[in-house]
Amino acid sequence: MDGWWKKNPYYVEFMVHEATALFVAAYAITLLFGLIRLGQGPEAWNGWLEAMQSPLSIIFHLALLAGFVYHTFTWFKLFPLTTPPIVINGKKLEPCAIVGGGWAAAIGAAVVSFVIVWGIAA
Amino acid sequence: MPEQKIIEIEVLRYLPEADQAPHSEVYKVPFTDDMSVLQGVQYIKDNLDGSLTFRWSCRMAICGSCGMMINGIPKLSCETFIRDYYPKRITVEALANFPIEKDLVVDLSGFIEKLESIQPYIIPKEPRTVEQGEYIQTPAQFAEYIQFTSCINCTLCYAACPQVGLDPDFIGPGAMALLHRYNMDSRDGGQAQRMELVASVEGVYNCGAVGYCSEVCPKKVNPGNAVNINKINAAKDYFLRFLSPKGGAK
Repeated sequence: MDGWWKKNPYYVEFMVHEATALFVAAYAITLLFGLIRLGQGPEAWNGWLEAMQSPLSIIFHLALLAGFVYHTFTWFKLFPLTTPPIVINGKKLEPCAIVGGGWAAAIGAAVVSFVIVWGIAA
Repeated sequence: MPEQKIIEIEVLRYLPEADQAPHSEVYKVPFTDDMSVLQGVQYIKDNLDGSLTFRWSCRMAICGSCGMMINGIPKLSCETFIRDYYPKRITVEALANFPIEKDLVVDLSGFIEKLESIQPYIIPKEPRTVEQGEYIQTPAQFAEYIQFTSCINCTLCYAACPQVGLDPDFIGPGAMALLHRYNMDSRDGGQAQRMELVASVEGVYNCGAVGYCSEVCPKKVNPGNAVNINKINAAKDYFLRFLSPKGGAK
């Protein structure tokens, strides 16, 4: 079974999906580090903010964003596999509706978060 | 008359009495556009090498016998057409993740044991006598499990599952789909008996949710969904036992 995941594009997609979970973890650690710096006082916090604005940090964030989008896309693709049947008015929800529902929830949550952050910043 | 088209079919051969390990042989097969890969393999047996061994029966994707790895993908060879591969070579191998018995015939005894282990029959909730009449089921109750009755035991999902390859003891997608079919049946009361297997080391938590089993299923059973629903069921069964006065299922 050595190298099994290289034998089929479907397995490669699965492994890339699993690997992009590390991108999610990396971003969580970045934010956690920011929180620690915030606890250490204004100077530390401003230093962290400055570091976040460096070109290297922006490249890092763009890479994370790409990983996030891929992870989200492939995550929702798996929804019809992992969710129990959802019955509405006696009819089973189609797989495309389950995937679409996931996307709608994700986009909705992103917009709400953006509006809140925008409101706080303004 | 149009020119006769010829395709190369590379077949993985293994003769247990003569070979140390499987090897490939290439055959040139004349074909017409209506010919399936199964018919191509049959042509080899009838005209080029009578020793080639493979399973087949119905030729119409219902018996589940003719599953093979076709260009590395588990497929029923009777519903896979040569024209879709021409002019490239087709490789045909025994189903992955099973021991090879001879050529394209795999040893299914492990799978049969798994099928038996899930108790694939109705264990009545309330046994009824003949005088009491039949078990009644509404169309809505029937609709809950109909999808999982479509399995034809072709084992393509086992060939697609990397976890079965890594751990041959994993109960696997097909048997889990059948288990789920009985658990979902309103006449059945065997859920608690089957739960032990669902939650065991060989059970559903082996699954990494690759999902390729459902992708290759020729009957759209979605066996991966049966496996994943039962992860939730096993977790519920585990945690709810702490709330149940009787201690829940065993």
